[in-house]
Amino acid sequence: MGKVFRFGKDVDTDQIIASQYLLYPTIDEMKAHTFESLDKGFSSRVNEGDFVVAAENFGCGSSREQAPAVLKALGVKAVIAKSFARIFFRNAINIGLPVIVCGELYDIVSDGDEIELDMDEGCIKTCGRDIACTKLPPKMQEILNQGGLIASLNREV
Amino acid sequence: MGMTMIEKVVSRNVGKAVKPGDIVTVSVDRVMLDDIMMPFIVDKFREMGFRDVWDPDKVVLIYDHLVPATQVDDTRHYHVSDDFADEQGLPHVHRSDGICHQLMTEAGYVKPGDVVFGTDSHTVTYGCVGAFSTGIGYTEMAGILGTGELWIRVPETIRININGTLPSNVTSKDIILTIIGKLRADGATYMALELAGDVVDGMSVASRMTIANMSVECGAKCCLFAPDEKTAEYCGVELTDELRELRADSDASYAMTLELRAEDFVPVVACPSQVDAVKPAAEAAGTRIDQVFIGSCTNGRLEDLMLAAEVLKGRKVAPYVKLIVTPASRKVYLEALRNGTIDILAKAGAMITHPSCGLCCGRAGGILSDGERVVATNNRNFLGRMGTSKVEIYLASPATAAESAVQGEIAWRKA
Repeated sequence: MGKVFRFGKDVDTDQIIASQYLLYPTIDEMKAHTFESLDKGFSSRVNEGDFVVAAENFGCGSSREQAPAVLKALGVKAVIAKSFARIFFRNAINIGLPVIVCGELYDIVSDGDEIELDMDEGCIKTCGRDIACTKLPPKMQEILNQGGLIASLNREV
Repeated sequence: MGMTMIEKVVSRNVGKAVKPGDIVTVSVDRVMLDDIMMPFIVDKFREMGFRDVWDPDKVVLIYDHLVPATQVDDTRHYHVSDDFADEQGLPHVHRSDGICHQLMTEAGYVKPGDVVFGTDSHTVTYGCVGAFSTGIGYTEMAGILGTGELWIRVPETIRININGTLPSNVTSKDIILTIIGKLRADGATYMALELAGDVVDGMSVASRMTIANMSVECGAKCCLFAPDEKTAEYCGVELTDELRELRADSDASYAMTLELRAEDFVPVVACPSQVDAVKPAAEAAGTRIDQVFIGSCTNGRLEDLMLAAEVLKGRKVAPYVKLIVTPASRKVYLEALRNGTIDILAKAGAMITHPSCGLCCGRAGGILSDGERVVATNNRNFLGRMGTSKVEIYLASPATAAESAVQGEIAWRKA
């Protein structure tokens, strides 16, 4: 079980982590500034195992991989959105952050609700309901299962 | 069944016919690495256990986001990049020649039909010469540096035909903003755009670059223009039958086709803080502004500066407006100096800065504060991009930006 942090549509990568923080040498130093322009207290309230839930086009904008990386570093278990921007989606899989497409969840949950995700079954449990979510293509699930692209490439080598 | 352009470019690369939805591994013709991502790319490259870059000649390293340095930390990125370039013997390093997306085609690194990846979302720009190019993260880039390959999903295509005669005050920036307004910020996600029609045929490569550059703002993976005589001349290649063949087949299959009448376009602006919040400039007219930015990989080319100069010739920027002009490359800068464009802009009151990403990535001179408004020719008006999250950014063409600078409020050039 994890808590829901709910955001809207077209959340861009500048909002996830603004460009002035990209110069910090490590993701750990950047992560306190996650979602700073949208929700200043996010990084102190989010706990290991919580979820980011959003509407359409989550992660649009720049190619910065720091965007999924700060979410993962803060312990976010998965981002569940109606849809994702392309580069964010690939980057998230490559660093081992699950990105789940689900049309229904956003309109059902509120900030702070508890949900449970079962990726193998493609199912989310909340408020006594089971909601179906999209499973990843096999190529992506394989990279994710191995913990990201680095682990996956190391295994191939 | 015929093929779209992206299907042809990918098929040519992998040596077999592909269709949308296929997952294939492409051989990479070029990669672009930029200064801001370099420390992370190098870390991941080492973490993956690679020692040598697969082909140094195919790697282009460009310092542009952090040039010249504005904070002490910026210099760390130069040092990490310099060391990696030395260690790997990289032959193509640009330390102050301009913005990466301008240099990749201008300096001849990308040719029609190539497959190119870069660690910046506006890598889609090179579709202007008929290449498949798109942005990726630093981990995937490290993987390419070690292997020379990347897996991709062949995208569906949205075809956009624009025919007729454009009004004289409409630019390619107005065209792409209008398209983004119609498709919305996620309307082309995972898909390729393909533009064609009389208007596109008549356009310079520079104008096509503006359109390809912003295609990512409606989610597109790439945006392709069929190579023609202008492309060949710009790229310094011969327009062979093989390159002509990259044009989409007449019986290709599209996810959607938009037919747009050139006569319907008007000068537009994208209002704060979404690129798809597009409306006619006339509807935003009269909004008082504090600053104007003309530059970036979207609109910092010679034709853009000349258009701004045409509007500004013999006039003065409003007393309370700061006008910042940033040429996209050193080559553009020198050409604009030689032909008198810079002279006109400077006399009108512009501050001319060194070619770089400049204000577009919110790191250079010209940062704004709460409540200030800027008209800018770049590609993004996201919250907090040019200073605080209470800065209002309006995106527009160089003509609209220049006219607004003179009026001190949003204004547009009459047809």
